[in-house]
Amino acid sequence: MADCNDTLRELEAILDRSVDDELSVGIHEHLEGCSDCMQALDFHAELRAVVREKCLNDEIPADLVARLEQCFQEDFDGDGQIG
Amino acid sequence: MADRATFTQEAMQHAGQLYSAALRMTRNKSDAEDLVQETYLRAYRGFHGYEDGTNLRAWLFRILTNTYINTYRSKQRRVQETNLNDVEDLYLYRRLPDIAQASRSAEDTLFDLFTDAEVKAALEALPETFRMPVLLADVEEFSYKEIAEMLDIPIGTVMSRLHRGRKAMQKALADFALERGLLTRTPAADLEEPTDG
Repeated sequence: MADCNDTLRELEAILDRSVDDELSVGIHEHLEGCSDCMQALDFHAELRAVVREKCLNDEIPADLVARLEQCFQEDFDGDGQIG
Repeated sequence: MADRATFTQEAMQHAGQLYSAALRMTRNKSDAEDLVQETYLRAYRGFHGYEDGTNLRAWLFRILTNTYINTYRSKQRRVQETNLNDVEDLYLYRRLPDIAQASRSAEDTLFDLFTDAEVKAALEALPETFRMPVLLADVEEFSYKEIAEMLDIPIGTVMSRLHRGRKAMQKALADFALERGLLTRTPAADLEEPTDG
């Protein structure tokens, strides 16, 4: 079974889903019995969710959408072809 | 292969996400708009290189990342900063014991603790070498392998830049919380030396 040190060291890898199977089983067994490590894992999972949500909420300007749609419909750079 | 009309329609569904990523890359609205437009032009022209049924979003992000690296990075002529002060592991967690302990509601609490502008600023403050992997992994949720291909660096380098970039970002967030008096200056003692159990 993995211990606290193994678990905290692999925290990022766990969240990145890149821990190898054997270690993953050991860490999950450890997490079931260790509320400190579970709390640390929860915190970092939530932090990542918050970062993701707050960095994805920019509103795309309407005129940019219009420019993009326009570039699919006309010869944008004068090379004789659409786009 | 899909026809062009279907392709452009599907590609446009990703425009908002590409624009957000472009803002984090260029850190300025005007460059972000130009970067997204250039990305869509290249995608449209390279449409024959897209294999139908494969991941269109990943394909568009590869073009976005390449265009940024090849065009905007050189245009901005920024000195490449590759150094980051080393930050201890679990930096933010150990300084937010009250929030960490309310684990069931940690998301609500963390969500309310930092403003959108602070989180964006913390990411954008990272040197580009670290900002790109963190953006592509934590915001865009690409795998190590996909990021390694997009940035043309080995997977081990992706992992080490992610590790250091994430710590630096936690330090930046901790500094915002500290400014507002929401944070203990020293790490929580009971979390410093993990014991088995």
